[in-house]
Amino acid sequence: MTSPPPSPYLPMEAEVVGRTAQTRDLFTLRLRLADPGERERYAFEPGQFNMLHLHGVGGVPISIASDPEQRETLDHTIRDVGRVTHVLAGLVPGDRLGLRGPYGHGWRMREAEGQDLLVVTGGLGCAPVVAAIGYAVQRRDRFRRLIILQGVKHAADMIWRERYDAWARLPDTQVRLAADEPAKGWTGHTGLVTELLDQVQFDPEQASAMLCGPEPMMLAGARRLRDRGVPDGRIWLSLERAFQCGVGHCGHCQIGPYFVCRDGPVFSFAEIGWLLGTKGF
Amino acid sequence: MAAPGSELTAMSTSLFLPRAALQSLFDVLAAQGYRCIGPQVCDGAIVYADIDHAEALPVGWADLQAPGEYRLEPSGGERCFGWSNGPQALKPLLFAPRETLWRSHRDQSGRLQFEAVQPPRERWAMVGVRACDLAALALHDKHFLHREADPGYAARRADLLLVAVDCSHPAETCFCASTGDGPAVQGGADLALAELDGGFLVRAYTDAGAAVRDMLPLEDASPEQRAQAEAQTAQAVSSQTRRLPSRNLRDALFANLDHPRWEQVAARCLSCGNCVAVCPTCFCHTEREVPALDGHSSEHQRQWDSCYSAEHSFLHGRLLRPDTRSRYRQWLTHKLGGWHDQYGRSGCVGCGRCIAWCPVGIDITEEAAAICGPPGTEAEP
Repeated sequence: MTSPPPSPYLPMEAEVVGRTAQTRDLFTLRLRLADPGERERYAFEPGQFNMLHLHGVGGVPISIASDPEQRETLDHTIRDVGRVTHVLAGLVPGDRLGLRGPYGHGWRMREAEGQDLLVVTGGLGCAPVVAAIGYAVQRRDRFRRLIILQGVKHAADMIWRERYDAWARLPDTQVRLAADEPAKGWTGHTGLVTELLDQVQFDPEQASAMLCGPEPMMLAGARRLRDRGVPDGRIWLSLERAFQCGVGHCGHCQIGPYFVCRDGPVFSFAEIGWLLGTKGF
Repeated sequence: MAAPGSELTAMSTSLFLPRAALQSLFDVLAAQGYRCIGPQVCDGAIVYADIDHAEALPVGWADLQAPGEYRLEPSGGERCFGWSNGPQALKPLLFAPRETLWRSHRDQSGRLQFEAVQPPRERWAMVGVRACDLAALALHDKHFLHREADPGYAARRADLLLVAVDCSHPAETCFCASTGDGPAVQGGADLALAELDGGFLVRAYTDAGAAVRDMLPLEDASPEQRAQAEAQTAQAVSSQTRRLPSRNLRDALFANLDHPRWEQVAARCLSCGNCVAVCPTCFCHTEREVPALDGHSSEHQRQWDSCYSAEHSFLHGRLLRPDTRSRYRQWLTHKLGGWHDQYGRSGCVGCGRCIAWCPVGIDITEEAAAICGPPGTEAEP
């Protein structure tokens, strides 16, 4: 009898080495794989995700927020919204959990090199784009214009102002903020983040766009980018579904011809545009 | 699936096993170390369970199936396989309804250990498999073995010998001829039988199948017996009245996502998931944690799931598919649409189980025709 293949579902042991709170319900766990060999083998690209498993509780998919060349530890920015993430929120350095991954396809950062890079985010704590921005900022000379557009519902939700200010000071980098509901002293745009796409300067022929947020926002953004001349194949979107297995087996993230966990979570608008925004998919 | 050439080879070398010698099949399988699983009558249905005697087969039983109906009736004859199918296919045997994938252990210091569960290894033989089940198996092979291989499925699959039977009595709900998957076995098994009144034509497709065949008390099949088997298959094809509009409905379905029929079928559908449970190709499963009371160990299990449940489309605090309309549409557009992109063919093998076991008798062929146009309006690919 041939021996069965190694399990693609088996987690590795990871240790919490740091915890930072961003807001009341948003926090970042810095994890380190316990086994040096596994740490050595582990490699990811921005936009990919891990499954984090809590002993006796369950697992959740979480995007990797740190830089791919930082091999020692892995950052996971998490919102405390459910049963498992609530327990994750209570972890402290020294605690152990299971980690398996990375899964799926991330942002095509290499394809975007030499071009204008637009990063459009709706809502806060969108970890996949934090990874993309971090990647580009660390390698600023590989990209031409860097345009960061961040939208929030209420101006009061706007956190990380110092981070956006620091990015805005980088060469050839533009940061624009939008709030649906402005507060007193709001200097950003009032309205949808996608409206900012008409106000920024970039070369559509030589641009890649990366979008993350609610699907109606991504759809509106992708359409505006298309109208401005960015090809569908260079408009990238990160989808979110209830991933359980991470390898295209469990079926929860099936959409049209894809399993989002395996074929995404980052898709081009050319691949997913025809289904995006269709209720029920 | 075996290539057409190997089918001809298998047919041309067919041999005959007299009915009185059928027990020898079970004896040979046992002697070669196989645990034997076969069809039996249980609780008014044909189910698959351990079997070591030919008399335990559903001798003299026929199944009457219709939308929302399944009933066994005595047929009076000696036939063992004179019925089409029961609620199970191969699915529960290879893709276990519930299975532990791994265990975690926590020691006093809080360190964790993750241990993969090794599936028990056992050679086993499945007798009575139909062509539709083999087509479904080939699809599950693609799903569970290609790219990332599922260890439990891979182990059970590697240890399995398939003894298939040509379907001679399709039910009213069957439409395997239209999907191209039956009623006769076209390969994909180790050994295949064609049941005639006096016994069985036997053909082997693999070395493992030939090793079993060679130990059976076989006679040469007569030209009459072969002609009888061919006529029986032709009759099994012509008796099927249902069919899907086309073998590839992908574009037609996705072009009709707002068709009013979705609303109409949702008004009848109970969203119970019976169709998913009996479908031989549905593979969705959910994972859950089952901790031991002492807190030191925990089992990570998976169990069958259904896209008709609310939880299936749960995404932090909201449901992507909050109503039956979107859930039925998810099931049908995936089964008959998305599968073409993902597995190179439709996810429907024409077994008709979803029609018979639907409590309200929703008929997939009728719904597909209402949404995509009736059969004949689109050319077969």
